[in-house]
Amino acid sequence: MAIEVKNISYTYSPGLPGETLALDDVSFEIEDGQICGIIGHTGSGKSTLLQTLNGLIKPSQGSITIDGDCITDGSTKLVEIRKKVGLVFQYPEYQLFEETVAKDVAFGPKNLGLEHDEIDRRVREAIELVGLDYDSICEKSPFELSGGQKRRVAIAGVIAMNPKILILDEPTAGLDPGAHADVIRMVRNIHEELGIIIILVSHNMTDIANISDKVIVVNKAKIVADGTAREVFSRREFLQSMGLDVPPVIDIMHTLETRVEGFHSVAINADEAADEICTLLKQKK
Amino acid sequence: MIRDITLGQYYPGKSVIHSLDARTKIIATLLFIVELFVVNNFWGFLIAAWAMFSVIFASKVPVGFIFRGLAPVFFIIIFTFVINLFMCDGKVLVHWWIFTITYEGLRRAAFMAVRLILLIIGSSLMTLCTKPIELTDGLEKLLKPFSKLGLPSHEIALMMTIALRFIPTLMEETDKIIKAQQARGADFESGNLIQRAKSLIPILIPLFISSFRIAQELALAMEARCYNGGGGRTRMNEIHFRRRDAAAAIVLILFLAIIIASRWI
Repeated sequence: MAIEVKNISYTYSPGLPGETLALDDVSFEIEDGQICGIIGHTGSGKSTLLQTLNGLIKPSQGSITIDGDCITDGSTKLVEIRKKVGLVFQYPEYQLFEETVAKDVAFGPKNLGLEHDEIDRRVREAIELVGLDYDSICEKSPFELSGGQKRRVAIAGVIAMNPKILILDEPTAGLDPGAHADVIRMVRNIHEELGIIIILVSHNMTDIANISDKVIVVNKAKIVADGTAREVFSRREFLQSMGLDVPPVIDIMHTLETRVEGFHSVAINADEAADEICTLLKQKK
Repeated sequence: MIRDITLGQYYPGKSVIHSLDARTKIIATLLFIVELFVVNNFWGFLIAAWAMFSVIFASKVPVGFIFRGLAPVFFIIIFTFVINLFMCDGKVLVHWWIFTITYEGLRRAAFMAVRLILLIIGSSLMTLCTKPIELTDGLEKLLKPFSKLGLPSHEIALMMTIALRFIPTLMEETDKIIKAQQARGADFESGNLIQRAKSLIPILIPLFISSFRIAQELALAMEARCYNGGGGRTRMNEIHFRRRDAAAAIVLILFLAIIIASRWI
């Protein structure tokens, strides 16, 4: 088991007028090599949860164990945690600051105190892994790139640190459909190449349903559902009661269920839906 | 860490102090600051402190919350205290190596420290009990007479409103950038002075870029809503002098008289 989160709680500005409970007794597990999707409203506690996994926020209660190491009891150094867990924030392109793309991607590995050659190798690998051409881009200023390219450079900056767990907080927010598809393809590619755990927060339910092995639903600082994408998205009414959507394809199949007698759908993506409809049409003949 | 700064913050409440006209509070604060410099003995400070604590009590802002706001300026207070302590001739109390503490020095150091603390708490009390918008509206109205002399009172007030409005936004932005760079292994706490100054670059550059972006977005949003300066603008909430402001003015004049009288105690 790679990540084990047990009963963690966290409160923002305790004792001040803005006091808010951001995490309330949260527990879950993520196994090695899984892609885990996290869904929930803005302000439900998702971002706080991600930051606890990286040691940026220390939960006031509970424990987090990563690869057998407890990161919440103060015995593990923060640098060690950050070596293991790479966290990419929302709109990561706003954290770019170096003169060239290569230097910016090298910032993380440099902070880990690696050798010069090793840094160069990792930078090249990371840039290629996020689907950019190293030779044509490495000497450019990060500020002259397009929005989608900037974002991928920022993600490369975290990948270059060789994390065992990669956390992406809404990696597709504010991108056009083309760049959106690129980023999702990139996430799949990273997972295939490195086989690491990827935790993905998104409001796009189609993406979540398509790529995650496991889905966690966060609502009002608590985890309210935890299971495979199929298990979670089969609870359509439950998700809707919290103002969350299901992928559009599930909505369509649900409508189909009400129109066609005896038809039951378990599809969660377009391919499965297509298969089900084909079988249905064949039966009708 | 960065959220703990209370200087310039607003503490929501419904007290008498909160409901006073912003102009009353601005004038009162200015007078209070002037009075702190009129005072020439500890009796005066005692009266000023008593008056200030009565206002804090009336405003219902927790005392602990106000004193937490002193933390960022604590260094300045200590610095002033130490400078005054050693830089004064007079009756020697302690002498060690090149350091000499005199009775006059001690007295003046304590005097300055008390004055600074009262100054900071007094002025933070104003922002704690006044919504930023009311504060700048009040300032604009106070400066209005000077606009005949060419003072751009509306523009000054607008600049202040925007500056105040974006303090929390920029703090949040800074917080985010710090965290993002920490996640990439950046270390801001160790190393010598030069290394530490260098470690700020990954924060400052993104922050500058963000502020330019925010400024541009704001300018566009204002233009899109046909903003064209102060002439003929109306307000949703007009501010008015009321009876309680008159009462506050009387209390203020009385306080001023007592403070001036305290010089001869």
